[in-house]
Amino acid sequence: MWSTIKLVVLGVVVVIAAIAANYGRDLAYQVQAIEIMLAAGVAFIYFVRTAGDEKANNSGDYLDGVVRAGVIATALWAVTGFTVGVWIASELAFPWLNWEAVQPYLNFGRLRPLHTSAVIFAFGGNGLIATSFYVVQRTSATRLWGGNLGWFVFWGYQLVILLAATGYVLGATQSKEYAEFEWLTDWWLTVVWVAYLAVFMGTLYKRKEKHIYVANWFYLSFIITIAMLHIVNNLSIPVSLLGSKSVQVFSGVQDMMVQWWYGHNAVGFFLTAGFLGMMYYFVPKQAERPVFSYKLSIIHFWALIFLYIWAGPHHLHYTALPDWAGTLGMVMSIILWMPSWGGMINGLMTLSGAWDKLRTDPIIRMMVISIGFYGMSTFEGPMMAIRAVNSLSHYTDWTIGHVHSGALGWNGMITFGALYFLVPRLWGRESLYSLKLVSWHFWLATIGIILYAASMWVTGIMEGLMWREVDANGFLVNSFADTVEAKFAMNAVRATGGGMYLTGAIIMCYNLWATVAKKPAVASQTVAVPAE
Amino acid sequence: MDTYSLMREFADSWGMLFLFSVFMFVVFWAFRPGSRSTHDDIANIPFRNEDKPAVSKEARS
Repeated sequence: MWSTIKLVVLGVVVVIAAIAANYGRDLAYQVQAIEIMLAAGVAFIYFVRTAGDEKANNSGDYLDGVVRAGVIATALWAVTGFTVGVWIASELAFPWLNWEAVQPYLNFGRLRPLHTSAVIFAFGGNGLIATSFYVVQRTSATRLWGGNLGWFVFWGYQLVILLAATGYVLGATQSKEYAEFEWLTDWWLTVVWVAYLAVFMGTLYKRKEKHIYVANWFYLSFIITIAMLHIVNNLSIPVSLLGSKSVQVFSGVQDMMVQWWYGHNAVGFFLTAGFLGMMYYFVPKQAERPVFSYKLSIIHFWALIFLYIWAGPHHLHYTALPDWAGTLGMVMSIILWMPSWGGMINGLMTLSGAWDKLRTDPIIRMMVISIGFYGMSTFEGPMMAIRAVNSLSHYTDWTIGHVHSGALGWNGMITFGALYFLVPRLWGRESLYSLKLVSWHFWLATIGIILYAASMWVTGIMEGLMWREVDANGFLVNSFADTVEAKFAMNAVRATGGGMYLTGAIIMCYNLWATVAKKPAVASQTVAVPAE
Repeated sequence: MDTYSLMREFADSWGMLFLFSVFMFVVFWAFRPGSRSTHDDIANIPFRNEDKPAVSKEARS
């Protein structure tokens, strides 16, 4: 019965998508409709071919196939997203790279959201989904809930990425930062995200441990909050069901505030809470000792989610937003120092008594530096949220440097650490192909981030000072083009740093591939577990 | 009073007090007497059931 319904629904989707592709009002919409048609068609054929197959009773195993797929997707999207980033960073230093032949499709303005979405949602999102499925099964001691619903989440999410990417390149955007994709993709992401929430909560509900481990609290808050943020920020009415354009429900200052409420909490709950979930599982596992203080982790969690949600207005100092709202966002941002640093201390101190591992284990080194960057960027962020500092830093490259020290340093490094941890276990290999290559990755990435962040500090502060410089008569001294010219050297250093980071990621992909392809499989996947 | 002022009034008085009380309760709850052994047990969850789901309803030994 269920498989019949599935086939009927998929068949109807194929037909509707085909009609939509035919009557679509713009190219982006037509291409997206064709993509949906193909995706539904492939799923249809797959279900027809497997209809009637015996269902194996696999409740005695974890569902790891979807985690393996997620690990592969994370690694590949990482390289894709970083490549686009290095490309557009190079364009900023050498504008002739913005080739005439590929206009308007590969214009800087279209590649930029492609880069941010690829690294945040494709690389980060896949990493979060894969690790959350891995962690929630282990810490709940039960198989993933919902049968193959986890696979739906995985493939549905890849379709979101594909729709978003083709939309950007073909010019469908709603111009909301980090939420650029239009209503069609928004609706599909909502469906996928509800399924994700169901899988995660279902697994927690049938857990066999009495308590919910803290990593799952962080993952759960990430899933729920992103659902809320995504829906509210994307309240829009499509101009036509056959076109990609939609109109926002909010307007003016309300729209701006909703956007940055979304934008900052995407940082707070996607890039922070979700990745803290990773930290609270993989750092103890790799260090082979429980988290430093479980009490601190509880307080860290509640303080973080109580405070983060208020911090958005600090993106809107000196705008039409009322001053009191800006002050509220600024104060909450500064209070956030406490839970952020509490969490950092908790992660770092997990290594107390095992600090020697830093010398011998490049994976733990990667995790430790990621926690270090977490501490650094969560110090820098609140500082930049102070109104007076913001008057210098806002709209300059300092902001971009801040984002990248958080994203490359914290999110990137902890994800790489998790991938290095997962691949030997998921594919039943004794160890990684080469720890030496992990060290190479570590140093390339670390030096790359330092080059990136340092050059952005210099150019950001220089830019801010040049913009506000006035002569004796009160006239501005510098034109915008003057700042662009002055930034050349720093932009070149930044592209170099990004290139090093990308090289590290490519080395990682080779290392992970070689682990699976060249290392012998071990008979049992058992990794020694300390006796209770 | 218009809706905005009413909500604003509530948010920075009773609303704030409520959220702060919930937070303080969580902090005191985390430090309640006798929580140490529970927390030690929870902190060790990642070191159990690495390869296979637990068989019995209650996994803890």
